Amino acid sequence: MKAIVTVIGKDRVGIIADVSQLLAQRGVNVLDISQTVLQDYFTMVMLVDAGGCTIPFAELTSLLRAEGERLGLEIRAQREDIFNAMHRI
Amino acid sequence: MINRGEILETIEMIDQQHLDVRTVTMGISLLDCCDGSAERACRKIYDKITRSAGDLVRTVEEIEAEFGIPIVNKRISVTPIALVAAASDAADYVCFARALDAARAETGVDFVGGFSALVQKGMTPADERLIRSIPRALAETELVCSSVNVGSTRAGINMDAVELMGRVIKETASLTADRGGFGCAKLVVFCNAVEDNPFMAGAFHGVSEPDRVINVGVSGPGVVHHALRAVRGEPFDVVAETIKKTAFQVTRMGQLVAQEASRRLGVPFGIVDLSLAPTPAVGDSVARILEEMGLAVCGTHGTTAALALLNDAVKKGGVMASSSVGGLSGAFIPVSEDEGMIAAARGGTLCLDKLEAMTCVCSVGLDMIAVPGSTGAATLSAIIADEAAIGMINSKTTAVRLIPAPGLDVGDTVEFGGLLGSAPVMAVHSESAAEFISRGGRIPAPMHSLRN
Repeated sequence: MKAIVTVIGKDRVGIIADVSQLLAQRGVNVLDISQTVLQDYFTMVMLVDAGGCTIPFAELTSLLRAEGERLGLEIRAQREDIFNAMHRI
Repeated sequence: MINRGEILETIEMIDQQHLDVRTVTMGISLLDCCDGSAERACRKIYDKITRSAGDLVRTVEEIEAEFGIPIVNKRISVTPIALVAAASDAADYVCFARALDAARAETGVDFVGGFSALVQKGMTPADERLIRSIPRALAETELVCSSVNVGSTRAGINMDAVELMGRVIKETASLTADRGGFGCAKLVVFCNAVEDNPFMAGAFHGVSEPDRVINVGVSGPGVVHHALRAVRGEPFDVVAETIKKTAFQVTRMGQLVAQEASRRLGVPFGIVDLSLAPTPAVGDSVARILEEMGLAVCGTHGTTAALALLNDAVKKGGVMASSSVGGLSGAFIPVSEDEGMIAAARGGTLCLDKLEAMTCVCSVGLDMIAVPGSTGAATLSAIIADEAAIGMINSKTTAVRLIPAPGLDVGDTVEFGGLLGSAPVMAVHSESAAEFISRGGRIPAPMHSLRN
């Protein structure tokens, strides 16, 4: 199952490393990354395959949110379907 | 892959513009719970609801987490209780409301609707017993909602029921006087009620519906408002197109949630209600959308035209986004639940007469409006009759949810909290309509040719 992980926060060294590590530890495979820094704010959008995720997806979303808070980042994981539904006919 | 801009746009809608799914409502038929013994019937009702909707809250919360979409309420609607209770030996139907409330508490849903009767053409003894039980039922239960359909385009308006409902609303307010007449916030009087409405307080599960069904109501005034800010000063064609595009996106999200809930619960998908339902939060107001179109304050001249455009564009945008559309579908204007409406009513620009005109062109009707506690039952009935007439003649659903706030007068405010918000008490005309209301009988159904 594909999902979109978005990460927003103040830019610093190691954000991609931190988030990738969190995902790797739960068996989530990163398929694509797009990121930018705008006015000191780091914004990253990742397309991931959560098919091999070792915990239920709903649990992964709350875990990422909690870890994000610890790291000073907003991390969201959402199933890709929501974006397809809203932006593609 | 969806591009980054689109993804961030969706996240901004959810985070900053209050985009949410207002409700996932499971409709449950209780026709198989009829019983000669009221006690047995109530047990059957409790059992059927808890069995049918036991997984509703957990499943919807999972969907909420996985898709990252707030789903504000989980609700249950049931067969109008007057039909279910008719076979029973009960002298009043408060026990049925208690059974619904107990099932609500057990399933963990936010509201259960369907303490209802459909009396547009006439009342059965059961209908009358139910209506007379409404004040106590709403006072003695927490989150059971009640509705009574008093008119329709095909049947006309049952003025005996209209007269009775004026008194029922007064009594409901007086039995819940310690909470500002809160009972009245759970009571709707309809004309042309729909059978698949997921919204409260008017939701019930119609007799032509399947055994169980999932209906979803979306929201999103904040998103529409934000989109219109980008087209300030443009002509109305552009305004309408912008609303349509936004409504399409919002409804697609609702459709996705509805399908997912239906699949996971193994319950057929019914409809998506294409609604713009406001909340008292700043930035989630229908009134502010109308003001964004160029009106200084909602309620001034031009408001009805602005609302007509908004309501129509929401439907046009939403209808292609869902495989099945129904419910009340349109912009809601509940005064106490809309930050902009509250401000406009407090300022004196938005009055009851203007609201009545607005209900001719939008979804539903005179909704969540507090009137002085001294307002007589006949005046309430007359307001209901006016609103029902608008629905009957225009073949649309209209509703009245008035709160004659005990002990309060114009200038005061009733606080309900949560989604129900706070209602500034609005003036009603003091001249009597008592003689008109006391006539009783039925206003005949209108003809459908020579339309003007």
